[in-house]
Amino acid sequence: MSEPILEIHDLQVDYPTRVGVVRGVDGVDLTVYRGEVLGLVGESGCGKSTLGAAIMRLLRPPGKIVGGEIVFQGRDLMKLNAEQMRRLRGAHISMVFQDPMTCLNPLQRVSDHIVETIRTHHPEVKVAEARKRAAELIDRLGIRAERLDDYPHQLSGGMRQRVMIGLALALNADLIIADEPTTSLDVIVEAQFLDQLRDLQKQYNLTIILITHNIGVVAELADRVAVMYAGKLMELADVFPLFDEPLHPYTRGLLKSVPNISLTDDSLQIMRGSPPDLINPPSGCRFHPRCPHAMPRCERESPPFTEIEPGHWTACWLYGE
Amino acid sequence: MPTTNDNLVEVRGLRKWFPVQKSFIERLVTRQRQFVHAVDGVDFEIRRGEVFGLAGESGSGKTTTGRLILRLVEPTEGSVVFDGVDIAALSGEEVRRMRRRMQVIFQDPFASMNPRMKTGDAIGHSLEIFGVAKGEQKKRLVLEMMEHVGLTPARILYDKFPHQLSGGQRQRAVIARALMLHPDLVVADEPIAMADVSVRAMLLELMVQLKEEFNLTYLFITHDLATAKYICDRIAIMYLGLICEMGTLEQVYRNPQHPYTQALLAAVPVPDPHARRTAPLPKGEIPSPINPPSGCRFHPRCPFAMEICSQEPPPLRPVPDDEGHLVACHLRS
Repeated sequence: MSEPILEIHDLQVDYPTRVGVVRGVDGVDLTVYRGEVLGLVGESGCGKSTLGAAIMRLLRPPGKIVGGEIVFQGRDLMKLNAEQMRRLRGAHISMVFQDPMTCLNPLQRVSDHIVETIRTHHPEVKVAEARKRAAELIDRLGIRAERLDDYPHQLSGGMRQRVMIGLALALNADLIIADEPTTSLDVIVEAQFLDQLRDLQKQYNLTIILITHNIGVVAELADRVAVMYAGKLMELADVFPLFDEPLHPYTRGLLKSVPNISLTDDSLQIMRGSPPDLINPPSGCRFHPRCPHAMPRCERESPPFTEIEPGHWTACWLYGE
Repeated sequence: MPTTNDNLVEVRGLRKWFPVQKSFIERLVTRQRQFVHAVDGVDFEIRRGEVFGLAGESGSGKTTTGRLILRLVEPTEGSVVFDGVDIAALSGEEVRRMRRRMQVIFQDPFASMNPRMKTGDAIGHSLEIFGVAKGEQKKRLVLEMMEHVGLTPARILYDKFPHQLSGGQRQRAVIARALMLHPDLVVADEPIAMADVSVRAMLLELMVQLKEEFNLTYLFITHDLATAKYICDRIAIMYLGLICEMGTLEQVYRNPQHPYTQALLAAVPVPDPHARRTAPLPKGEIPSPINPPSGCRFHPRCPFAMEICSQEPPPLRPVPDDEGHLVACHLRS
């Protein structure tokens, strides 16, 4: 495997609320390697978006990182000041959000967005030069050059999302965090976008953390998959073993409850219950109240995140020891 | 107007054009009115007791069609016959009475519940509006329905406000509310699109179970063909205001005839990394419904487009040797 680009150790994120503290991310350990697409999946409220925002140190207040380390290319991001962090964002770590319409400035043309992004980080680049780069960029993204001077509302949803990727590519970001990038897109446009993302990823050896609730999108694009539940990582493996032989009962339940277009597969299994309230999470393993294999131990002790087979990690008492 | 008994809803030549808003000056200058051709002439029927799916991308006109059937918007042309009665011809009061028999479930349960109304009162509101029950009797009926849809413990949840419920519970409340008056038809517009994976499966199961219990007919509007597979008996695929293919689920999914249907089915991401998609996709995105393309509306994106496709719109015709399967494509004639 290639070199690690991002290492997260025992990360903890808290959201204080009036009724108690929600621990949105609870002791996550995760390494991302250069050139891979890491899929981060889970249901809403599992902490996947919080984890993404924490890496950028863009948590919405009152959210706060209360413990752990985020090491990006050898630098501990927790130790950077606001100005250092600002320089890092966009240039080295870039984020693509679900809804491009709320991320693009409605009063700025597409070209302005790209030119501004380039010149903020590289003030020595002349406007004309930056515009030339912007034109090349959107051409690579399959948008016709004359659209460069369009405003965001004049573009289609798929084009807007491609502009967002373009902004990440404009500065050759080392790491792209894409949070539900295709959720607002229609199915054919989604597929087109995924194809394009895959091509760009190969061409530029991009490193992408793909945060999504859509198991199908992960199956299409990811090299490795991390499954989150109630603020914790439940399982982490290469995409094939994860889908072929999922270890954690939550992963198994999740995969079986995904609607599948194939007519031969007719069973939709139902995972009973719902994700826990994170102000009062269940004791021991957080999945134990819904787990079909729960043992007395699961209620008492939280299972450690352990490597069961090379590269295949899970937090479950069914395995090991 | 005579109706065969097994059709609960008959839609004939239904059309809805929305005028495009223009500024005063623009109107003076151009003198030309433009319309969004949201629904542009669709015919289909919904049989009693079936789940009829209406699928397509955003802008295909599927939601407008649902709203036309409920007469939440007035049709520009065409008719909707509900159980033998043309609802377009009804007066306001008659429509109101007819609505007892047709209910709707929207995508976003949060937006479709009054945030200041307790869950139980919201579910039972229609009982009061139609003078069916009030007070203790209403409460009893509501609690019964809440048990039915799995909104338990019902007595406790009755007094909660929508923001105190989980997403799944809210959608159950919306379903309960739709069923309070024992309607014949339920128009479900993306009823589970906002729910999480595990909740989706539960809601789908609930909808199937309630359909049997209450003898319902569903119009199931969705963009998600994978979800439609688990509930629909028949399905129509819409593109830019027109139906391009219609048939039983089996016919449309196993043997899709229209290049658009084929593309739509192929584009659904499959939860299996061994089955990564390789088929080519149609180019571009759904065009504007203000000036829809001439001829077949899919022709600018169609990989098989012929000369005739840009000239003549293909009618919706039966597929040979496949009863009940219809397609609108010049390739198949």
